[in-house]
Amino acid sequence: MNATDADLDYTPEEMMTIAAARCFRDRATCFVGVGLPSVAACVARELHAPNVILAYESGVIGAKPTVPPLSIADPELAETADFIVSVPEIFSYWLQGGRIDIGFLGAAQIDRFGNLNSTVIGSYRSPKIRLPGAGGATQIAANAKEIVVIVRQNPKAFVPSVDFISTAPCKGRTTVVTDLGILETDPSSGDLILTAQHPRVTLDEIEKATGWRLSAATGIRETPAPTVEELRALRDLTARSKTP
Amino acid sequence: MVETTTLKDAIAEFIHDGDSVALEGFSHLVPFAAGHEIIRQQRRDLTLIRLSADLIFDQMIGAGCARKLVFSWAGNPGLGLLHRFRDAVERGWPRPLDLEEYTHAALATAFVAGAARLPFGVLRGAPDHDLLEHTSGLASVQCPFTGETVTAVRAINPDVTIIHAQQADEQGNVQLWGIQGIQKEAVLAAKKVIVTVEEICEKFEPVPGGIFIPSWVISSIVCTPGGARPSYVHGYYGRDNAFYQEWDTIARDRDRFTEWIEENVLGCVPA
Repeated sequence: MNATDADLDYTPEEMMTIAAARCFRDRATCFVGVGLPSVAACVARELHAPNVILAYESGVIGAKPTVPPLSIADPELAETADFIVSVPEIFSYWLQGGRIDIGFLGAAQIDRFGNLNSTVIGSYRSPKIRLPGAGGATQIAANAKEIVVIVRQNPKAFVPSVDFISTAPCKGRTTVVTDLGILETDPSSGDLILTAQHPRVTLDEIEKATGWRLSAATGIRETPAPTVEELRALRDLTARSKTP
Repeated sequence: MVETTTLKDAIAEFIHDGDSVALEGFSHLVPFAAGHEIIRQQRRDLTLIRLSADLIFDQMIGAGCARKLVFSWAGNPGLGLLHRFRDAVERGWPRPLDLEEYTHAALATAFVAGAARLPFGVLRGAPDHDLLEHTSGLASVQCPFTGETVTAVRAINPDVTIIHAQQADEQGNVQLWGIQGIQKEAVLAAKKVIVTVEEICEKFEPVPGGIFIPSWVISSIVCTPGGARPSYVHGYYGRDNAFYQEWDTIARDRDRFTEWIEENVLGCVPA
């Protein structure tokens, strides 16, 4: 980071997206959905991971979107894909077959163990809010070598116990990227602990945004602030997505 | 040989109250026109089956066609929640909706088993999520060879599957291409099959990665140009993203929704 970078102005949302983009490794096979994971994927492809292999649950493998798709089966994904397979094939041969390195997920709720809820707020039989449900997430977490969960950090999302387990914790590495910091699984306790805080965010803020007593890792890092290039890539992408 | 017919006649002949009906097409080739004809003919007590239950099912649920939903995701892609689906589940409007809920991989497995006329299909790993408690079609079983715990998923064999494709030829064979979703499995798992197509051509030009469905597994073919709008058809027309956004507003309010259905579905002449 140079002096100019440190003076840059950016929003917590931009910090979160850029921190997530950094989780894409070049040439890794990454299973992504729409929304923030796709935005982060597009940023990563323009910067450090031009050869990342993006797979979508619609059966599209090796897609090279220039703008984040609105649906996981957008025409641009199909047109830029290395190949297209059926829905049973993407889940059986490619995901269950162990061909996916990193799965990117979102959730309405997450708990300290890394259980994810995207099904209901309240009880299943008479929910307060009926959410879309698990979709592909359950098997992505079960079969990808590691997962990255992107979720805004607040007490409604970071709960002591999720209302419904849509997706059980990944057996591999779990990284949770939020607008305040980064959490990872502690190998000894199995709990999610804070391993990085974003610049200008205090530990106190992070603790207040978490519904359980969050432990911080020894040697907690500060996330490097977004660079000029990262912010430019993200903002250009946002501008392009808005132009029809 | 398969007959080409009108959408009105195909739905009248093959879809009956109480049937289980799969409408497939994963964001691409969504059979909207057929779904609208089911609404127009006011079919009731249907079990609707679809992996990504998006706008077409929101419309059919809101119009009172469904008693039960078999699904693995129910949302407006990229935009959020389905308000008619929510209203049915949370408040029982226009009628309560039973749920048989899976994950995408599990429901895909159920269709694959159904197409092969197997009693169940298998997924890797134990079902370690809460759907196991609520979904009778999921069970934890042991592999007889290795002892490994795996998830068994009960096969699905819909009474009728409806899909939309690019082309039929004059013999009644069907060709579709682009994102292929789970259409082939949904067709082969069903007892009866209705296919709506963009056009009927004399002879197919072979397309790389295209799927061929022979006439002898199809019950009825209907030429329905634009039959997948507002979703898209690879090679024919694009996705009407603005409508998906607009739907969020229309579906939020019961009156606005009812007005929309009356004006755009019930009051329309079928294609």
